[in-house]
Amino acid sequence: MLESIDMSLVDWSRGQFALTAMFHWIFVPLTLGLSFIVAYMHTIYVRTGDEEWKRITKFWMKLFGINFAIGIATGIILEFEFGTNWSNYSWFVGDIFGAPLAIEGILAFFLESTFVAVMFFGWNKVSKRFHLTASWLTAIGASLSAVWILVANAWMQYPVGTTFNPVTARNEMTNFWDVLFSDVAVNKFLHTIMSSFLLASIFVIAVSAWFLLRKREVLFAKRSTVVAAVFGLFAAMATIFTGDASARLVAKKQPMKFAAMEALYEGQTHAPLVAIGAMVTDTTRLPNPRQNFIFKLEIPNALSYMVWLTPSGFIPGITDMVYGNNEHGLISYEDKIDRGAVAIQTLKELKSAKDRGDQTTYSALKEKFSDPVWLDQYYQYFGYGYYKGRQLKELIPNVKLNFYSFHIMVILGIHFIILTFIVLWLSLLNRWGKRKWLLWVALITLPMPWIASQAGWVLAELGRQPWVVYELMPTLSAVTRLKPGAVQLTFWIFLVTFTILFIAEIRIMITQIKKGPGGK
Amino acid sequence: MLIKVFRFYYEGFRGMTWGKKLWRIILLKLFIMFAILRIFFFPDLLKRDFKSDEERADYILEQITNP
Repeated sequence: MLESIDMSLVDWSRGQFALTAMFHWIFVPLTLGLSFIVAYMHTIYVRTGDEEWKRITKFWMKLFGINFAIGIATGIILEFEFGTNWSNYSWFVGDIFGAPLAIEGILAFFLESTFVAVMFFGWNKVSKRFHLTASWLTAIGASLSAVWILVANAWMQYPVGTTFNPVTARNEMTNFWDVLFSDVAVNKFLHTIMSSFLLASIFVIAVSAWFLLRKREVLFAKRSTVVAAVFGLFAAMATIFTGDASARLVAKKQPMKFAAMEALYEGQTHAPLVAIGAMVTDTTRLPNPRQNFIFKLEIPNALSYMVWLTPSGFIPGITDMVYGNNEHGLISYEDKIDRGAVAIQTLKELKSAKDRGDQTTYSALKEKFSDPVWLDQYYQYFGYGYYKGRQLKELIPNVKLNFYSFHIMVILGIHFIILTFIVLWLSLLNRWGKRKWLLWVALITLPMPWIASQAGWVLAELGRQPWVVYELMPTLSAVTRLKPGAVQLTFWIFLVTFTILFIAEIRIMITQIKKGPGGK
Repeated sequence: MLIKVFRFYYEGFRGMTWGKKLWRIILLKLFIMFAILRIFFFPDLLKRDFKSDEERADYILEQITNP
């Protein structure tokens, strides 16, 4: 099925969405994390009355404001794309996506826009307590608005709390709490928020290191560094813990993504974790293409232990899932494709019966979509049905990209733990800033949390491929049948607009950082 | 009360020393997004092309069950 779809349309649509989402994600994590750091600094000022803390708060608030202003509404473009480029998907997911996004919009508008203004304009105009409350509510509001989009994304990774209505072709929410508090949603929120705190902490440490290297505003830089190091170390540890929990969830709910991020082709017990490695493409073995390691450093048993807390735990490989593994109860993709094709054919016949006015057939077929046994045997593989007559390799995510994204994220995460620990330890001994090379390390680290954060999203989204909604809707059926040229055009428009905006942000940020906190 | 709130915002915006360039960027960005991209490049196709949810459902069913 769908063999006639122009795959360049799918690729350009995905590229356009990825570009927009990645650009949006440059601003969001800094807003999420820096808002809390600013609120904490503001609290210290209100409690101590120390004017230096006021300068510190105002400086970081200014950088927060620049980031907030440039980043604001970049996420709305994603919603435009849902309506135009992904209309099949938008309809199919129904209120699962619409409801969280509507709540997000309302929360973001009322909480953030109201309290951001009080936060910026409130100095000496409202009471200190009200002003401080506004700073905290801005931070809390930003995180709350992030909850909803992350819940929607978690549902796409792990669709729960819904049923498919074959008459309207929409998924309908049956249990809001299952959607909101699914394991995947809770973990995704915590991991995202914690990694955003970490990103903002590294930002503050790196900018402060620049001041220390230039021997400017030393007290300001050291105080900022201490706050950021405390936040950063806590956030780095929490990011690792939630990341570990996330990997366990991926292993159980999306085993193909897990196998791809470790480039594990043959399932095994006592599976080792590849700490670092490099691979080349091999087109002589199945599944074709296959990625072979030319070098790797492994930690024995670690992968099995990480998932099952025992080294004897079985981790399925890519071939187990593609070709099936009877011993471990894994059915082959061919089998899933056949079952999915039955589900699609049933839906087609249901529509046809409705169009013909054949009420008996219509009722009998409609009944199937509420029969738990039929749903379990056929509908849960609905998305696989689109691959009837297509190549099995289309059901395997890009192994190289997933492997490298995952490992870059983890290696950088370890670097952040070590860095924030050293910064905090030396700060508490009042020795931070004495070793120039360490300041340079902190400064050079500045872009790395963005790289780690983007790598995390690349893994989350590309690892799920070919699915938009896991195992139910593949990218090729989610996309609107537009002309590829029209999608290409908007891709280039976005690329140019986003590049200009990004350069503007960097330039304004650098100008403000060079000016320093001022006001002495 | 409303006048107080208005004054608070008005004076806040007027007193901005570093934010004027930012506001120009924000307004330009919003203009590009809503007045150009939204209208000319990103219509809500299902809303534009169909009158009722039933028609939309039929169209989507056609799309997801046929090549």
